[in-house]
Amino acid sequence: MTDTLLFYLLVASFLWAAGLHGLIVARHVLRRVIAVNIMTAGVFLALVTLAARAPEPDPVLHALVLTGLVISVSATALALHLGTAAFSTEKPEPTTR
Amino acid sequence: MMGGPWLFDIALGVLLVVLAIASIHARNLYAGVVMFISFGLVAALTWTYLGAPDLALAEAAISAGLTGVLLFAALARIGNTGSTPFTPRRLPALLCLAVAGLLMVTLWPLARNPSVLPGMAMANLPRTGVDNPVTGVLLNFRAWDTLLELAVLLVALLGSRGLRPTPEEEPVPWPLLTAWSRLLVPLLTLFGGYLLWRGGNWPGGAFQAGAMLAAGAVLLRLNGLLPEVAWRNPVVRGLTIAGLALFATIAALTAWLGDGWLNYPPGTDNALMMLIEIIATLSIATVLTLLVAGNKTELEP
Amino acid sequence: MNEIMVWISWLAVMAGVFFFVAGAIGLARFPDIHCRLHAVTKADTLGMGFLVLGFGIRAEHWHSAALMLVIWLLVAASSAVSCHLLARYEQLEDEQ
Repeated sequence: MTDTLLFYLLVASFLWAAGLHGLIVARHVLRRVIAVNIMTAGVFLALVTLAARAPEPDPVLHALVLTGLVISVSATALALHLGTAAFSTEKPEPTTR
Repeated sequence: MMGGPWLFDIALGVLLVVLAIASIHARNLYAGVVMFISFGLVAALTWTYLGAPDLALAEAAISAGLTGVLLFAALARIGNTGSTPFTPRRLPALLCLAVAGLLMVTLWPLARNPSVLPGMAMANLPRTGVDNPVTGVLLNFRAWDTLLELAVLLVALLGSRGLRPTPEEEPVPWPLLTAWSRLLVPLLTLFGGYLLWRGGNWPGGAFQAGAMLAAGAVLLRLNGLLPEVAWRNPVVRGLTIAGLALFATIAALTAWLGDGWLNYPPGTDNALMMLIEIIATLSIATVLTLLVAGNKTELEP
Repeated sequence: MNEIMVWISWLAVMAGVFFFVAGAIGLARFPDIHCRLHAVTKADTLGMGFLVLGFGIRAEHWHSAALMLVIWLLVAASSAVSCHLLARYEQLEDEQ
């Protein structure tokens, strides 16, 4: 059982590091947002794996991840709106008011 | 010890890592977004496999439904420019491998000593009147987290509304998709309500139901079947703050009249949690819909 | 009787797995998007139908079999819609 947990923790650390790597080397804003999302997925995987330590899954960690999922989608939405405002190909007319 | 279960574990893990790397570094950004959606679905499968069906439901609705729509919409507006694949360099890769190793060393001991929290949560669960421990933790033991989460959702919405409005193309209706969403959205709504209703005792609850409803609303909006979810509409504004307002009111009332912030009076736990859950579902659904498909052209500078 | 049912269910599951593998190979090997869409949607719908048949026979209660059937119908319909969507996207790209 512990071996399986360790394997998933390994996958989680790799996901986090892959996201970090993407964040460092990628240029395009969309790739960076995806990279951050991969990092959160790595964190969630680590938490869910730790929740499976006991035979009865840990509801506290599950609740934490559930909160995190909703937070991460709202942060992604905000980041993408920011990115769109900054890098949009079609610039709207500047308003003079 | 390479039995059947191990094979499945390894397949899942490899699939997760490969899809993650592919979604960041895919040559074509469109393909990258598709990879990321598949990554979300594999993650949902992983949550089920690791004994977290609550998370699988939320992940499937959020990452396949909402994040996908968000990424595609952003891709349509930002475009592919400047998305050339990176030139591989040694230093960042080595750095990140070292970070992965460090993380593993830090996480390793945690896997061996179980936490005492699950036992405490399970022991106190009867007091809450619900059977699903995740719902009990979210709306009772750690109600503060949920309250602040609703606040974060609201802040994200207000932040994205404060940005320069981007011209949004009117969606072109397309008969097959329109017909399919006319069939699918009632099912989604029904399923969302069912998730909310059974959230007390089985996997499900406010977050999953809210995400499901938001996915349905976004689908309708993309097909032009739903009139714009306008910010000036008082019902929409009311719904966005209803969850936070109700939660904060209950917190304040319990602090003034009861025995402390969010310590529900004995015997009222179940009713209060149900009330919060229903209002929070509507609030989450509205905020997520506005974040993903809110019409921004109406915003006056 | 029971033994025969188990055999039938095994056969159906194997057939389902075969069609899934065939669809995946088609997705990876076929030259253009229309062939790929054809391979992946048709083979996967059929494969999933066989899996539902195989596991439906073994289900302990007809409720779970009915649920699987509903899931299969939803997946089949949505894969048809998304296949059409992708083909249409490709066509629009070609016209430009």
